[in-house]
Amino acid sequence: MYVAVKGGEAAIDNAHRLLAEERRGNPDVPELTVAQIREQMALAVDRVMTEGSLYDRDLAALAIKQAHGDLVEAIFLIRAYRTTLPRLAVSEPIDTNAMHVRRRISATYKDLPGGQVLGPTFDYTHRLLDFALAAEGTADNTGPAPAEAPVERCARVTDLLNDEGLIQGEGDPGGPVGDITRAPVTYPCDRDVRLQTLARADEGWLLALGYSTQRGYANNHPFAGEIRMGEVSVEIVPEDLGFAVCIGEITVTECEMINQFKGSKTAPPQFTRGYGLTFGFGERKAMSMALVDRALRGGDLGEDVVAPAQDQEFVLSHGDNVEASGFVQHLKLPHYVDFQGELVTVRALRAKAEETR
Amino acid sequence: MDTGYNYAYLDEQTKRMIRRAILKAVAIPGYQVPFAGREMPLPYGWGTGGIQLTAAVIGPDDTLKVIDQGADDTTNAVSIRRFFARTAAVATTEKTTEATVIQTRHRIPETPLREGQMLIYQVPIPEPLRWMEPRETETRKMHALQEYGVMHVKLYEDIAHYGRIATSYNYPVLVNGRYVMAPSPIPKFDNPKMDRMPALQLFGAGREKRIYAVPPYTRVESLDFDDHPFEVQTWDGACALCGATDSYLDEVVTDDAGGRMFVCSDSDYCGDRRAAGHVGDQGATAADYVRVTEAGQ
Repeated sequence: MYVAVKGGEAAIDNAHRLLAEERRGNPDVPELTVAQIREQMALAVDRVMTEGSLYDRDLAALAIKQAHGDLVEAIFLIRAYRTTLPRLAVSEPIDTNAMHVRRRISATYKDLPGGQVLGPTFDYTHRLLDFALAAEGTADNTGPAPAEAPVERCARVTDLLNDEGLIQGEGDPGGPVGDITRAPVTYPCDRDVRLQTLARADEGWLLALGYSTQRGYANNHPFAGEIRMGEVSVEIVPEDLGFAVCIGEITVTECEMINQFKGSKTAPPQFTRGYGLTFGFGERKAMSMALVDRALRGGDLGEDVVAPAQDQEFVLSHGDNVEASGFVQHLKLPHYVDFQGELVTVRALRAKAEETR
Repeated sequence: MDTGYNYAYLDEQTKRMIRRAILKAVAIPGYQVPFAGREMPLPYGWGTGGIQLTAAVIGPDDTLKVIDQGADDTTNAVSIRRFFARTAAVATTEKTTEATVIQTRHRIPETPLREGQMLIYQVPIPEPLRWMEPRETETRKMHALQEYGVMHVKLYEDIAHYGRIATSYNYPVLVNGRYVMAPSPIPKFDNPKMDRMPALQLFGAGREKRIYAVPPYTRVESLDFDDHPFEVQTWDGACALCGATDSYLDEVVTDDAGGRMFVCSDSDYCGDRRAAGHVGDQGATAADYVRVTEAGQ
């Protein structure tokens, strides 16, 4: 006799137990601490903070630990936590001109005020596995890094161009800034909403789309005008005080792309901009974001919207990895009612095809 | 009750925002109301829209039933029922007749619903025109202008190609003579139950951030043509357990040789019939039938 599959509750409880066991791995190996993840997997923490949209290194490290190192799962954990937090205040815009710069490079000028500061970068490492790292506990033989005072307040490349009127001005469109976590997105949407969506978007998605613009799908000849990484203060203006107070410091990476533009019916020939910003050290994402931001401005600049990266609805509605991961993986849920409907239909269609043969 | 979160997980401001969207949805039957959907602790695509609706309408006096594919015991239904048992300390049931709020994925219960009940659908893609026009900027205009020609063309092309309409689930409906609406991926077998249903029907799409509704006793017509009227799935056999011939049947593969049997997808309906003494050709007796756990116990 057929017995329907029952006991979903017990199965779920067991799955949770198995998961906990998998997370811990071999108990003979010491357990990772959240502090170790926070300090030694800092770039993973940065990505989880950026796409999780919450600046908290400890919580991001905890999420990574809980997610067995699956960053998209960790981002989901952070998002689900973040959404329950009260909104106590809205910060003033951060001033990246006043950044304590730890890295700052420009690909458009050989030298410029503030100089080129390489900072901690993988860029010129040779990607050879360092087997010395495998022997844990051995001190790094390169010695401590030279103490270098962070550069304070250096001029931006785009401002230099702006002084000459060669680059599209940014201006402040005024009005409150949109917030996609508090209001549903309607298309077409303005740049504030686009940038917020891109800032939370999956790094891989932006990387691929940005790359596509370099390969001719909406090519806009980008130059890395400036990339800077360092610490900025976050300020709020409490209602009862009426002036700004600093509530803390965060690390951000900012990228301003400069793009050629030959002019259109609505805009004169000038350089145009793409902007990218991430929490922590997220240079790959900041650059990709800047490329995609620029591509999405095509419509405003009177360019033909022909490539995927220029298409707002396509880019913005598919970039959230929490949404995408959930919807792709929901295919694991039972669909046997729908599938039965399809079986009935296909059998009927086949019967008809047989008949008429 | 689990603490650390507000009653039914969502904060009261969010619930108010969702209730406002529900009121608008009820006032404009079949119209998709954008709402500021929140990130839920369950994944997108797994019922976050339905969960937000349930969280916004549920109270301590309610009795909640959650089904997936018609059954109370599928893992995701269990998971969602537990979520509310934990966060809202709400009574749960598997009996359609006892529930005040029923959250569903892919089915409408076989037992007719009554006034005062709420049926909350989990919706993956709220836009019925999405497969013909992926752009929301376009579909919004099409709804505004009631420009539904593409949908009829699609159904007509089915007839031209296959001699019949080949859509078997998420079959488009016209609500109150105005909006074309996606009924969510329920089988078209369930479509007639939506028409003039005494219960309030709410639809939540969490990822797509849309809420829509069919108020009680509202006209819901499945799209069709005069010479190709709408029809629902039928089976040659009956439920192997309870002998029902009027319910939606799931096909169960029983052996490697392609053996199969059909059983009710609505586990509560099937159980009640067996408890009342109905027996199918592989049926269990009433004594064999034990209702599975009430959630939270």
